[in-house]
Amino acid sequence: MPVNYFPAEFEVLRNYDKCIQCRACERQCSNKVHWFDADFGKMLSHDEKCVDCQRCVSICPTGALKIKPNENAFRKSANYTQPLMTEAYRQAGTGSVLLSSMGTPKDYPVYWDKILLNASQVTNPPIDPLREPMETRVFLGKRPTQMKFKKNGELDLSLEPSLALNVPIMFSAMSYGSISKNAHESLARAAEELGTYYNTGEGGLHKDFYRYGANTIVQVASGRFGVHKDYLNAGAAIEIKMGQGAKPGIGGHLPGEKIKEDVAHTRMIPRGTDAISPAPHHDIYSIEDLRQLIFSVKEATEYKKPVIVKIAAVHNVAAIASGVARSGADIIAIDGFRGGTGAAPTRIRDNVGIPIELALAAVDGRLRHEGIRNEVSIVAAGSIRCSSDAVKAIALGADAVYIATPALLAMGCHLCRSCHTGKCNWGIATQEPELVKRLNPDIAYHRLVNLVTAWNHEIQEIMGGMGINSIEALRGNRLMLRGIGLTEKELQILGILHAGE
Amino acid sequence: MKINAENLSFRELNEKIRSSKSRKIEIENMLGQRYTGSGCTGKDIHISGIPGNALGAYLTECDITVYGNAQDAVGDAMNDGTITIHGNVGDAAGYGMRDGKILVKGSAGYRAGIHMKEYMEKKPLMVIGGKTGDFLAEYQAGGRIIVLGIGFEEQCPVGDFCATGMHGGVMYIRSEHEPDHPEQVLCEDAAAADIKAIKPDVELFAKKFDYDANELLNAHFFKLTPNTNSPYRRLYVNN
Ligand code: SF4
Ligand code: SF4
Repeated sequence: MPVNYFPAEFEVLRNYDKCIQCRACERQCSNKVHWFDADFGKMLSHDEKCVDCQRCVSICPTGALKIKPNENAFRKSANYTQPLMTEAYRQAGTGSVLLSSMGTPKDYPVYWDKILLNASQVTNPPIDPLREPMETRVFLGKRPTQMKFKKNGELDLSLEPSLALNVPIMFSAMSYGSISKNAHESLARAAEELGTYYNTGEGGLHKDFYRYGANTIVQVASGRFGVHKDYLNAGAAIEIKMGQGAKPGIGGHLPGEKIKEDVAHTRMIPRGTDAISPAPHHDIYSIEDLRQLIFSVKEATEYKKPVIVKIAAVHNVAAIASGVARSGADIIAIDGFRGGTGAAPTRIRDNVGIPIELALAAVDGRLRHEGIRNEVSIVAAGSIRCSSDAVKAIALGADAVYIATPALLAMGCHLCRSCHTGKCNWGIATQEPELVKRLNPDIAYHRLVNLVTAWNHEIQEIMGGMGINSIEALRGNRLMLRGIGLTEKELQILGILHAGE
Repeated sequence: MKINAENLSFRELNEKIRSSKSRKIEIENMLGQRYTGSGCTGKDIHISGIPGNALGAYLTECDITVYGNAQDAVGDAMNDGTITIHGNVGDAAGYGMRDGKILVKGSAGYRAGIHMKEYMEKKPLMVIGGKTGDFLAEYQAGGRIIVLGIGFEEQCPVGDFCATGMHGGVMYIRSEHEPDHPEQVLCEDAAAADIKAIKPDVELFAKKFDYDANELLNAHFFKLTPNTNSPYRRLYVNN
């Protein structure tokens, strides 16, 4: 319909001198971009269906393909940009809410890139991680604040339940349903080999994965999907999801068409029905109510497992975290607004929440100020993109970080941001058996192990350079950080000095 | 086994229940202890007094009977078993329950049966003898909810915003007054076949609380079902 016309976002460039018409691209593209036209005797493409996932480019045996941004554009305006115009057309055509996936692509400040790390020179010399022990093991949970004695006068050495991580990195929540079974298996196996944890997300735990329980964090969200006693007891920790950085204040919605047999079984809902997680937990309207849910799962698991409460980074995050720390939670996970998602309304993803860097600094500062920092561990999430981001997060006050998008990248994701369509050509964010098959867990798990091992080496190197030999000594050590190009206010919130100071 | 709950914390009380060898447990002097029977299996618990919030959360194969009122979040995410309350229940009863039965002689507070689900042979049931507060069965995704409205015949026995976001399961309301419900929920007069379908449930309720099932069934019921199991399909457009 001409009135609803907008140009394709991408253009598929095919070098016909190179194309041998093997039709591999046609077979591989779940978006049905490529087809062979018998009349013309050549391969053609529906550019408007292309999401730039780079699958065809990567498999074309002759290197004949290239995907480029479409140069055909509406008249330029810095105010009414082309995406805004096409979105208005889409909504005028459907009357529907815009749905997107992965982290916001908008140009918001990335504070990680405006923070520089310190290194030792001359005095307090660097430590060589290849030669000297460098502790990256961390424990998450409550820390004892005072000595306790038993009735008979002996020292009470019992500790609150905790998680032990060999590396300060865990895999963040991604539900089975939003990602494929093969992707889940890869994460579970990698977590086991690395001595860290992956997170089921809110979609329940597939029966095949109970054996990775010792490296699993099971999540309880407002929809309570797949939550039952055995599930709660299967994991090493239980995470109560109050919010997600990419979509604070709203729930989740896995459309009926993605609820195939196996997903339905794991979530324990009928096949083909929508899996709706309401925006709030309908039994939580206060910190006191949150405490109730925390203790109901603690009772159900006999106080053997730490409870994580995951909150989205929003304006009042420090006050909220203070409440959560007093609610009985053992660990708080804070998810920044640049974090990824399998599906979120575009406007929410792109406009709601605050960056993890500021949220983390504010929370750590507040909990210290109130003298309750040892009551909880803090896990930072929502766009920890590389090892130096992780180091900066720890120096800003995190005990460990959650990563998800880098894990997806390790498994082959090319960040085409179309997970919500369920047609991921890399076999990750899909439930189509033909597509899921493309992700080989034997390879993917190994790549995940590689990624985290490499990051861990880098973390050790950076710490060594600072003359620090344990994560414990780095945690909250803001003297190791300097801002670059930041305002007074930003420096004040981050609690760091400017470079040169 | 008898447990005197006086001066016991919820943790101590639950510890006693868990470690008890006998199936039948009678708790006396209950005074608001929370989480009783949370994640419990293989017990038959009888409670005199008032249990606190989250009674029978994540309950599996286990029966709980309360000879009095219960507070909020009864049977949160319960998976099996039967909770029988000889009085009223507070808010958010049966939140996300997947199987088992909650039978309440009196009335329920706000948000009863929210996000009740079902899966294959798992079909939860909640029967409320009296009336309910607002937001009954919000986001209901499965199972059966029956509100009998005993003693509230002059009014609709359910509050406002009933069945908002309902996308599965079925609800029966014994009343002459049509409940407030959203567009995507179908509200019709229950047919003879429907009455037959809920007969065993009402009989169970009648037997527990000493009512005449036929008398209860011999009345007008509304039946609420979702128009579609994917009510929000057209809410979103891919961007
Ligand atoms: S995969 Fe490459 S060579 Fe094969 S048909 Fe497609 S463009 Fe041509
Ligand atoms: S997971 Fe798949 S669909 Fe999602 S961004 Fe990555 S490649 Fe695209």
